[in-house]
Amino acid sequence: MDKKEEPSIGLKLSPRLIELLAKLQEIELEDLEMDVGELEIWIQPGAATSFPNIKTALPAAAAKPVKIVESEFTPPVETYPGRVCEVKLGAMKNEGGTRGKTITIGGETAPPFYTFEKPTPNPPVISVDVFDMEVPLPKAVKMHVKDVTGDPAAWAKLAVEKFDADLVTIHLISVDPLQKNASPKEAVKTVEEVAQAVDVPLVVGGCGDPAKDTEVFEAVAETFAGERFLISSITRDMDVEKCAKFIKKHGHAVLAFTPMDLNLARELNRKLYEYLPREDIVMDLTTAALGYGLDYSFTNMERARLAALMGDLELAHPMSSGTTNAWAAREAWLKLSPEWEPRELRGPLWEVVTALTLLLAGVDLFMMMHPAAVKTIKDIIRQLMAGRGAGKSDKLAEWVLMKF
Amino acid sequence: MSQKTKLGIKELSPIDVYRLLPKTNCKECGFNNCMAFAAKLVNREVSVENCKPLLKKEHVNAYKQLKDMLKPAVKEIIIGTGDKAVKIGGKFVMHRHELAYFNPTCIAIDITDEMTDEEIIDRIKRTENFQYEHIGQTLRLDMLAVRSTSNSPEKFKATVKKVNENTRLPLILCSLNPEVLRAGLEAIPGARPLLYAVTKDNWREIADLALTYNCPVTVFAPNDIKLLKSLVKTLLEYGVEDLVLDPGTMYGEGLADTLNNFTMIRRSACKYGDELLGFPLLGVPMTVWMESASLAKEIVIWREACLAAMLMVRYADVLILHNIDGWALLPNIILRQSIYTDPRKPVAVEPGLRVFGTPDENSPVLFTTNFALTYYTVASDIESAKINAYLLVIDTEGTAVDSGVAGRKLTAEKVAESLKASGVENKVKHRKLIIPGKASRLSGEIEELTGWQVLVGPRDSSEIPKFIQEKWQIQR
Ligand code: SF4
Repeated sequence: MDKKEEPSIGLKLSPRLIELLAKLQEIELEDLEMDVGELEIWIQPGAATSFPNIKTALPAAAAKPVKIVESEFTPPVETYPGRVCEVKLGAMKNEGGTRGKTITIGGETAPPFYTFEKPTPNPPVISVDVFDMEVPLPKAVKMHVKDVTGDPAAWAKLAVEKFDADLVTIHLISVDPLQKNASPKEAVKTVEEVAQAVDVPLVVGGCGDPAKDTEVFEAVAETFAGERFLISSITRDMDVEKCAKFIKKHGHAVLAFTPMDLNLARELNRKLYEYLPREDIVMDLTTAALGYGLDYSFTNMERARLAALMGDLELAHPMSSGTTNAWAAREAWLKLSPEWEPRELRGPLWEVVTALTLLLAGVDLFMMMHPAAVKTIKDIIRQLMAGRGAGKSDKLAEWVLMKF
Repeated sequence: MSQKTKLGIKELSPIDVYRLLPKTNCKECGFNNCMAFAAKLVNREVSVENCKPLLKKEHVNAYKQLKDMLKPAVKEIIIGTGDKAVKIGGKFVMHRHELAYFNPTCIAIDITDEMTDEEIIDRIKRTENFQYEHIGQTLRLDMLAVRSTSNSPEKFKATVKKVNENTRLPLILCSLNPEVLRAGLEAIPGARPLLYAVTKDNWREIADLALTYNCPVTVFAPNDIKLLKSLVKTLLEYGVEDLVLDPGTMYGEGLADTLNNFTMIRRSACKYGDELLGFPLLGVPMTVWMESASLAKEIVIWREACLAAMLMVRYADVLILHNIDGWALLPNIILRQSIYTDPRKPVAVEPGLRVFGTPDENSPVLFTTNFALTYYTVASDIESAKINAYLLVIDTEGTAVDSGVAGRKLTAEKVAESLKASGVENKVKHRKLIIPGKASRLSGEIEELTGWQVLVGPRDSSEIPKFIQEKWQIQR
């Protein structure tokens, strides 16, 4: 992400945007070249002969209808043999944890928001990213968190109280041996601070180093036994057996991360099944940014979800998306020429569009960053959960006459 | 109308298609033989018309049969004429992984007959000049939707004429009043605009207009698919065949209904062969502007962009928008490019050494991964800055730099191997490797394994030119 920040262009739209959003109850072109020969051929079957073409006489149809010919419509409802398993995150006092609430994701028996078939059992939720040290952040994000970077507890509090996060992800990146190489003990302390500061379920993220993450996750899992954190994430190059065992022993859930390949996802899940019940596993199939591979992520997730519904048990897990990756797209943060500005709006909208696309592919848990993006996705999820029959269409035709 | 008349996309075999081709293996289509061409046809990678011999009179029956056999579940409709034409619809499948989506969603920007001339010209220019280069493609807007807010035939006629004279884009004419639409059509009699819209009240008059002027027409039945189907049936029996469907675009509490309607219609067409619903879908994200007077403009644009994105994912073939703001349209047109990319295309490019410009023994050596998007982004940044350089493309199994590092697809060992295998060490005198900023954590290991000095480059390749300018020159 952008390390050297451009000076502000003087626009502080985003805070206002949040405020406004909060007030509301909801809140390629392929080449168009066509050779003329082809065009004529395509049009012919449709009764046209040449252009310009104004028919003087109407075609002599047998008997033209004089009133509306009724047709029936049966909603194309299908039933699916499969069901996505439900995963519960967080544990309250009576369950062996200290969280103020728990969150259940998954459980779908129909494709995402096909509410003409089945209601969506659990709303998708949002976990807001918190980092345990200073990281390069895009300006549009930084302006909202600048007072809390470097203080994960304060950042987590802001995420829950101001951004309305359902969960918080504490990314323990300072443990990276190639960076600060913080000890597992220090990592535990950070998690402790965050767990004290907020009472939502937590996602605990590592640094990406397989050996170090294993060490850190083990320490965290043990210290916070019974809290049912989501350990993010277990990858194929880690000691899966070891990780699965301590996650199971201490009562947490696991995020199984694989690069965009469903076979690898199945393989990792199979390994985990040896030690963990299905209900402890969430999948991360990799999120690429809008414009930089989102199509692969979308299609992978869509395929995984459809396969799950068709009975593929190895993919029948709730899906998580590292939607913050949207900011890896240069169009999300780069200063472009004036017609594409302000980037303070373009950036969070990039995160929103990335999330919406994947919401419609079946994602259950979003890891996000920008408060306006979080707010928008929460509102839209709420609207989609409301189900069918709420739409008012009587005045819809008036859009044609709408004046500005 | 028959149900399930056609073979589904998966059931059609090249043999079925081959039988109907001329079978002369004349190669005019550019393929070695008719069977190879048949295979391409089944994949919808070529159109039947590429077999010129088939277009001769003696094959007219075979041609017709083939056309029918290869007909998409969603009819392809042409709006406009000549070089002002666009195609919409032509979809074979519901999910892009089942084949690919064709004819990217057309985006139309609205203009009204009560805008001033300056405003109209300004909106036309902004729509036409809108363009963004991304991964080798120029992304643009496609159409103009002229609405009659005055409800006056004379005014509409004058506006349509003016718009048509000043644009290269095809038009949608919007009014539910047949007299107004007639006046608009009189201004541009042969232009084949899309008419908006037939409703249960005006269908007969508008059907007559569609027939007289040979125009495609939108059927509008808000939140009522049964009525929509009935109107389609009526129009087809009336002789109007080029239809576009608008089941209504509702935001807020109606959003769930909107997405359900679009989904049910597309599924009925693709999976159940319902020909009454086998037409392109039109969405109107600009309905968010209704009852938005109390809101800041940015909020409404923001919502319009969200709605457009969701409808694009959920099958819209045409969208009518009001905003022409770059910050809001950019994510939409890039999303469109993404979902209309052919998923059958490989994710990865060939690994190996690429040469840019005319590098010499002092030129920089950089590396990137073989994920197609990463490679093309880096390559275009190097090319457009006219840098002479060697770029080593490392086989990361098609993952980007950051996920490659995280997922151990991009390791110091791999870099060392590829560097060795590339032979670039014989091409340059120096031993300096510029690595992507997002792979910075590998720098120590790479230096150990290769003996080359690592320069950590920028995290985004747009900064490569500047980096080379500042750091490489100094290094030398
Ligand atoms: S042009 Fe037609 S007849 Fe000739 S090889 Fe191709 S498919 Fe066969």
